[in-house]
Amino acid sequence: MARSPRRDFLRTVGGLGAFAVSAEMLWRAPRAFSQQADPILAGRPLVRYPEKTDLILMTSRPPQLETPMTYFDRAITPNEAFFVRYHTFPVPTGVDLGTWRLRVTGLVERPLELSLEDLKTRFPKAAVTAVTQCAGNSRGRFSPRVLGGEWGDGAMGNAEWVGARLRDLLAAAGVRQGAVQATFEGLDKPAFPSVPQFVKSLDVRRVMEDPDVIVAYQMNGRELPMLNGFPARLVVPGWYATYWVKNLSEIAVVDHVFEKFWMKPAYRIPDTPCGCVEPGTAPKSTVPIHRMTVRSFIVAPPSGARVAAGRPVTLKGIAFDGGYGVREVQVSDDAGATWRRAQLGPDLGRYSFREWSAVWTPPGAGDYTLMVRALNAIGESQGSEPLWNPAGYLRNVVEHCGVHAG
Amino acid sequence: MRRTLVLAALVTALPLTAAAQTKAITLPPDHAYGDLTPGPGVEVAQRACRSCHSTDYIVMQPRGDAKQWEAVVTKMIKVFGASISDEDAKAIVRYLSTAYGK
Repeated sequence: MARSPRRDFLRTVGGLGAFAVSAEMLWRAPRAFSQQADPILAGRPLVRYPEKTDLILMTSRPPQLETPMTYFDRAITPNEAFFVRYHTFPVPTGVDLGTWRLRVTGLVERPLELSLEDLKTRFPKAAVTAVTQCAGNSRGRFSPRVLGGEWGDGAMGNAEWVGARLRDLLAAAGVRQGAVQATFEGLDKPAFPSVPQFVKSLDVRRVMEDPDVIVAYQMNGRELPMLNGFPARLVVPGWYATYWVKNLSEIAVVDHVFEKFWMKPAYRIPDTPCGCVEPGTAPKSTVPIHRMTVRSFIVAPPSGARVAAGRPVTLKGIAFDGGYGVREVQVSDDAGATWRRAQLGPDLGRYSFREWSAVWTPPGAGDYTLMVRALNAIGESQGSEPLWNPAGYLRNVVEHCGVHAG
Repeated sequence: MRRTLVLAALVTALPLTAAAQTKAITLPPDHAYGDLTPGPGVEVAQRACRSCHSTDYIVMQPRGDAKQWEAVVTKMIKVFGASISDEDAKAIVRYLSTAYGK
């Protein structure tokens, strides 16, 4: 590899100092600028990992990298800007396709060992544009704070995934009577046997009924970056990224509900309609996290921007939900007292980011609190107050963006 | 790291056609932004914690009292199988609740 990793470790977010800039400059300011104002991201360096561009470092080992918000002014997140999240160390750093095989095993008639070529040629190609978002995206914003990966808002991304349908793989293997779940594991194996290996599970029935659950070997028209799951990862549209097992190596059909560490007690939400509890309290019972909540973000202008009073500004961003599709996006310039509809961008399918925009003219000089909220096809929306749970999941409060017009 | 180096060496040794079939990356070392605040017990905390993860995992957490950090250290031992003696665990909790206390 030609690039020196050390050289890429020099830029930092927090140390940039204050810029005195016009509104025009701010729009083009380095992306570190807006992070500086973000208490969760302040001090975190921008780093460049193999096959990735400058991303915000959360942790080095295992690698966890967050996408700067500027990339969410468009529906498709570039592969090199896509967030990275691993659970244990070491993580896979090399794959030889000559020996890599995806095993389909367990309660099946014909166990399979598929090469990447087999995946590409033996099964019909399926494509889906879908958001994947870490269950704990925005955890750093919880109040009271909770322990865990202290993400800002950039542990999410949207790509066009191409691969083989999981149900086609399972049908080829022949699921036997008594099958309840399928488990998924990747090449990431912890250094010590005492550390729970990252294994996830899905109900076989759910998988067989959903043609959009795929084993993806292509991401935005290219092979997957190593840190996003090369050579293949599970894609579970509408559901949190925890199920999108990367560097996939084994699918096993089992006759029970799989409840090892990463399914229980990890990645559980309160068994309440909102998935939430009174802040600071513990849930009585929990269920595995699953479908994503509705979210929307204002990406331009960035929070803290200065704009010209009386002159039109285009507000832009994205909205998404857990797979019903975004029906409407609304914006407010008076801290939520009144709302108006934003324009929606092209529809890339119900699992995708939906771009939105709205032209806004600040009526006079002063500080404005801009807000955005989305409504999905079944009427779910976002609350004005954040919901709370002890693991810091499901965040979807209405987002604010403060700007100054002068 | 050692495994990475071995893989990289293998990749270089393979003929061109096979190399095209292979992907290998090298990860950068732990970043200094995660370095622990100096203080009594920092060495034992560093040694124990770094054997599984970088210390940025610690510095990004909300500050907390001894109860919070004791729960964290216990989880690392009981759930993640960290090999830490009782004495070291106590020293780590003391360090964390001072350096990263409320």
